Amino acid sequence: MSSAVEAVPASGAASIVWLCVAIPLLSAGFLLVAGKATNSWGHWLSIAASTASFVVAFAAFIQMVGLPSDQRVMDAVVYRWIPAGDFSIDLAVRLDPLSMTFLLLVTFVGTLIHIYSVGYMKHDPERRRFFAYLNFFVASMLLLVLGNSYLVLFVGWEGVGLASYLLISFWNHIPENATAGKKAFIMNRVGDMGMLIAMMIMFSAFGTVTFSGVNEGIATASSGTATAIGIFLLLAACGKSAQFPLQAWLGDAMAGPTPVSALIHAATMVTAGVYLMVRSGAIYAVSSSAQLLVAIIGAITLVFGAIVGSAKDDMKKVLAASTMSQIGYMMLAAGLGPVGAAFAIFHLVTHGFFKANMFLGAGSVMHAMNDEVDMRGFGGLRKYMPITWATFLCGYLAIIGFPFLSGFYSKDKIIEAAFTGEGWQPWVFGGLAMLVAGLTAFYMSRLFFMIFHGKERFATTGPNAHHPHEAPASMYVPQIVLAIGSLGLGFALNQIGFVSWLEPAIGGVEHGEPVLPVPVITGLTLVLIAAGVLLAWRMYVAQDVPLAAPVGSGLTRAARRDLYQDDFNEAVFMKPGMGLAASVAVVDHYGVDGAVEGVGKGSVGLGGLVGRLQNGYARSYAGYMALGVVVALIVALASRI
Amino acid sequence: MYYVVLAVILFAIGGAAVLTRRNAIIALLGVELMLNSCNLVLVTFSRMWGNIEGQVFAFFVMVVAAAEVVVGLAIVVAIFRTNRSASLDGANQLKH
Repeated sequence: MSSAVEAVPASGAASIVWLCVAIPLLSAGFLLVAGKATNSWGHWLSIAASTASFVVAFAAFIQMVGLPSDQRVMDAVVYRWIPAGDFSIDLAVRLDPLSMTFLLLVTFVGTLIHIYSVGYMKHDPERRRFFAYLNFFVASMLLLVLGNSYLVLFVGWEGVGLASYLLISFWNHIPENATAGKKAFIMNRVGDMGMLIAMMIMFSAFGTVTFSGVNEGIATASSGTATAIGIFLLLAACGKSAQFPLQAWLGDAMAGPTPVSALIHAATMVTAGVYLMVRSGAIYAVSSSAQLLVAIIGAITLVFGAIVGSAKDDMKKVLAASTMSQIGYMMLAAGLGPVGAAFAIFHLVTHGFFKANMFLGAGSVMHAMNDEVDMRGFGGLRKYMPITWATFLCGYLAIIGFPFLSGFYSKDKIIEAAFTGEGWQPWVFGGLAMLVAGLTAFYMSRLFFMIFHGKERFATTGPNAHHPHEAPASMYVPQIVLAIGSLGLGFALNQIGFVSWLEPAIGGVEHGEPVLPVPVITGLTLVLIAAGVLLAWRMYVAQDVPLAAPVGSGLTRAARRDLYQDDFNEAVFMKPGMGLAASVAVVDHYGVDGAVEGVGKGSVGLGGLVGRLQNGYARSYAGYMALGVVVALIVALASRI
Repeated sequence: MYYVVLAVILFAIGGAAVLTRRNAIIALLGVELMLNSCNLVLVTFSRMWGNIEGQVFAFFVMVVAAAEVVVGLAIVVAIFRTNRSASLDGANQLKH
């Protein structure tokens, strides 16, 4: 791996890039503090803040493009955070092609989602609060990607976790939503523990947690240290990116408003894990076992998400499972090392566009269908919502990897990379990646056909009548922009050499030789994709879709229940945890409380006894004295003998 | 030696009087008896060791006893005036 470029001090637009974080953060704080007074215009402030971030990011981008590639890694210290003697931790930002990519993706897609939310949340009385949270989410994510040390990254990491909690349980008067938010938060905390432990190991081994310091130290570190750091970072990434075994929160997170789902799935939250993996490439380069583990986790989640996605009837949950699966692709690519890391980011960017596009499309459908999400009650929506249909089509074709659309460029490269290597790995990883491409085509077609094609399965008259209609312009314009991205972004990025653009940040790409010839891989993948689409066509367009879900095979039933992941977690972690908590509570109640209260009660009792001696009768006092004298005499005499 | 035994007996009688009798006057008498038994012991030891310090202390004790009886009787009279009784058990107002 040709090593990444050394950092140089930032100048020009890059030195004010911290404003990208500060502006939305200030806006979020202002909206939350100012309260209801800003109800009527708060969302415009929020959009302005997000747009301003994008403008700053774009200015920095223009500056970076103008620089030679060996000066494209820039550090800027914003604030000396923890100075302690010789040692200090700075709140510093690092701007390099990797963080630049995220910066643009988050601010651009984020701003579109902000605009979309104006229409989507129009009738919500708490719209201002929603926008404040969105701003906070964007600010946290930007801090996460801009930090130049694991500690600053961690601050953003936690901010993202908090923001997701607030947004998933935004409609917290519904108990399930509140629970979903809590679940996401808690599962993320499990991952965050990994991050903390990894940072502690780094600190004890290298005495620093900056990216440069760790990358320098890791070269001479023992393989055990590197593996430990790698595994704990992977745990953190699993929590944030909903990877196996911490993926169960993602489906429930659909309880939040749809723009939130789009934001979480496309630009922020779940991409953070992939970012962490790619950012820590130097660590995984040293420890091949940790690296292999990343690939394995990615491969498992890839298959897992696809299977779950094929069985769900809730439109948003299918999309959620699909995100899980696509992030699995990215993790797999990141776990392949220099062969795949750049493609992980490539896929992340294109996925950001087409997944946001589809989520916003799903939001439009919900908007049209009174917040209904069961696809079995849809069908034939194409003629009512032509714009949503067309934009969704773009996203759908992009995700299944239709030739020359966004997903084709990024996913195909990952599949090729997965076929590179030695021994069993290319066959297993490559085979799974290719197979899931077919499955992706199947479940996404199923989603698309069930919503927009076939017979209308909803009533247009009567008490449950639906009157589907196109969403307002504030909603469909962002969809159109994202659809254009879904169509052309992959091609454009491929043309301008996105992979070599990332090179200063993550090192050069190794060109491994796949175990199968590239045209064979591409051809086979396309055949599988076509088969998936055809199968979905035959099952959901050529045949009528039953309104009630059929019982299905064992696998279908298992997939509907997330392959029993919730039950597993409940049985293995929750029940013993609750048992432990209960037993600790018993010990606390009877042991600790008993001891403390026992001492208290003993004192009171003793006091009562002694108090009774104070009866006010002079003769009893004289008696005590006499008794005392006798005792004192006995003691004195006894000590003599 | 017999003096000491006598003093112990006197002390015990005085102590018993203080502890068991309810009348404050009798209790004060008991206190006097105990003090006198002490005086007797002091004088006895003074004779035994052949110096006069014990006798000097006995005078001090007599002075203290006289002072004590003055104060004690005054208190008893005051109590009697308020309570119409010289019973020690009736005078437990200190508790409250």
